[in-house]
Amino acid sequence: MLNKNTLMTIVFALVAVALPVIIKAPYQQHILILVIIWATIGTAWNLLSGYAGQVSFGHAAFFGVGAYSAGLLTLHYGLSPWWGLALGPVMAMLIALPIGAIAFRLRGPYFALATLALGEIFRLMFLNMTGFTNGAKGILIMPAITSKIAYYYIGLGILAATLLVTYLIVHSKIGYYLVSIREDQDAATSLGIPTTFYKNLALLPSALFTGLAGAFYMNYVTFIDPDIVFNLTDISIMVILVVMLGGVATTWGPTIGAALYIIMGELFRTTLGSANVLVFGVLVCLIIMFLPNGIAGELDIIKRITQRKKAGLSGGV
Amino acid sequence: MEDAWIKFGQTVICGILLGGMYSLIAIGMTLIMGVMKIVNLAHGALVMVGMYVVYICATNYGIDPYIGMFIAMPVLFFLGCLIQKYMINRLVEVDSILPENQVLLTVGIMLVLTEGIRLFFKSDYRSVVTSYSSDTLYIGAMSISVPLVIGFIIAMAFTFLLHMFLTKSDLGKSIRATAQDRDAAIFMGVNSSKITMITFGLGAALAAAGGSLLLPLFYLFPDVGHLFTAKSFIITILGGLGSTWGAAIGGLVIGLSESLGATYISMGYKDVVGLVMFILVLLFLPGGIRSLVKR
Repeated sequence: MLNKNTLMTIVFALVAVALPVIIKAPYQQHILILVIIWATIGTAWNLLSGYAGQVSFGHAAFFGVGAYSAGLLTLHYGLSPWWGLALGPVMAMLIALPIGAIAFRLRGPYFALATLALGEIFRLMFLNMTGFTNGAKGILIMPAITSKIAYYYIGLGILAATLLVTYLIVHSKIGYYLVSIREDQDAATSLGIPTTFYKNLALLPSALFTGLAGAFYMNYVTFIDPDIVFNLTDISIMVILVVMLGGVATTWGPTIGAALYIIMGELFRTTLGSANVLVFGVLVCLIIMFLPNGIAGELDIIKRITQRKKAGLSGGV
Repeated sequence: MEDAWIKFGQTVICGILLGGMYSLIAIGMTLIMGVMKIVNLAHGALVMVGMYVVYICATNYGIDPYIGMFIAMPVLFFLGCLIQKYMINRLVEVDSILPENQVLLTVGIMLVLTEGIRLFFKSDYRSVVTSYSSDTLYIGAMSISVPLVIGFIIAMAFTFLLHMFLTKSDLGKSIRATAQDRDAAIFMGVNSSKITMITFGLGAALAAAGGSLLLPLFYLFPDVGHLFTAKSFIITILGGLGSTWGAAIGGLVIGLSESLGATYISMGYKDVVGLVMFILVLLFLPGGIRSLVKR
């Protein structure tokens, strides 16, 4: 079983490394890079919300702070925005501490609403602090690298690091603590698990990698404004949909989800014209109604059903 | 000195009047939240659809917006019932890892409604102009817009009627019973699935009513719904989940704080004021205004 998984991972990695060699057109490469960015945010979100069950509606705050860290370095100090890759994650973690301190006092839908409000507060602050952030005018930088292949491999490295760290956390003792918090917080507390501490332990890496993705986004896209990087629907909610499509609380779910979402979104955009978001919305509804645990999540269930049948047990899920 | 007082008075009055209409929308959301225990992020989109129904009535058939409201409400009631029965209700039986599925479905519904409207009406800013749109009323030196006053009066009337409906009629009592304890209500012979459907319809109809009242004051475009979703969930939490009167008072508080924030802090930060208040309430007064009254 382990060998099969390792083999799959190696094949996956080889395909990912080989892709830009096969696909040469800049547009297709652009889509691949977007997939990587979304897969990174999705994987980071999945750690906090999928495994630990603290559904965050405010990940745009981390993404935006990461992106602005890179942008502001260039704007105010004339440094290369690539330094943002170092500063962005740190800043995202720094803001994650107060956010966690506020939001982890709450549970379930209240937690979701508090993160939503905090994300919006960040958007409005960055929009209004015109002297510091340029406000709605946004920040435009001149890219040092123009080759898409370079961005692809840097992004791939970030994604690989995110996947690895998430995998290690989830498959360590911490991972079991996180799942126990998701399944029943009171029971977890009664067993002596310091729930708030472990929730923060999930939040910090989650914020770190989201911030990293944000800083990378700034370097790649070269233009940001608060309504792009702090957007509630296009970032915070989008990441939830990406993970839900791929599979909540699975290692590869967010990556699969990101690939499907971005590619489908682009296909709709090119074929359906102005109705593309409508079709997309209908699709979102259908996915949540019929595939609530995502593609990777439902695969497990399907597998379990077939295995039960083999064992001669009658049972559904 | 005199001018400062006039400015203050006008700010307060405008805030309260606007808040009255916000609270009507929020009461719709609080009903849904109370009975179904979900955050309906499509609520603003329902407001928006209601506004467009009134807009069509006004521009194509020359119906006054305040009469168009009585067309928009049944339309939205029906739409709400359909959404609840065929979409959200399905999720109750589905097993999933995260319980927030229903919230996400409402996001999907929001997308569909917003984009559906955008397909027909484009993203253009529209407004309904009536003969009295720009009329003002003078109280001393303070000037107050007439649609604001009419809207506030109708909104308060609706709030009162709804309160009577919920406390006096059988259907209203069933709704409250389901909100308090669904299982117990079922044992007492309440048809909970029917009640849930009606509640969602009612919530949508109230959203439409609030939207119609705000139509003469706001520009209309497909994305206007987000604004109302954000406001009404803040109000709902502020008032205490599922509490009608809490939502009514919460609406006034939000209207007032927004209006004061816009006048004395800055236009750009007025939404921050509401959000910060929202988080403070979540942390220090989780039961909302309702829990203060009970104390």
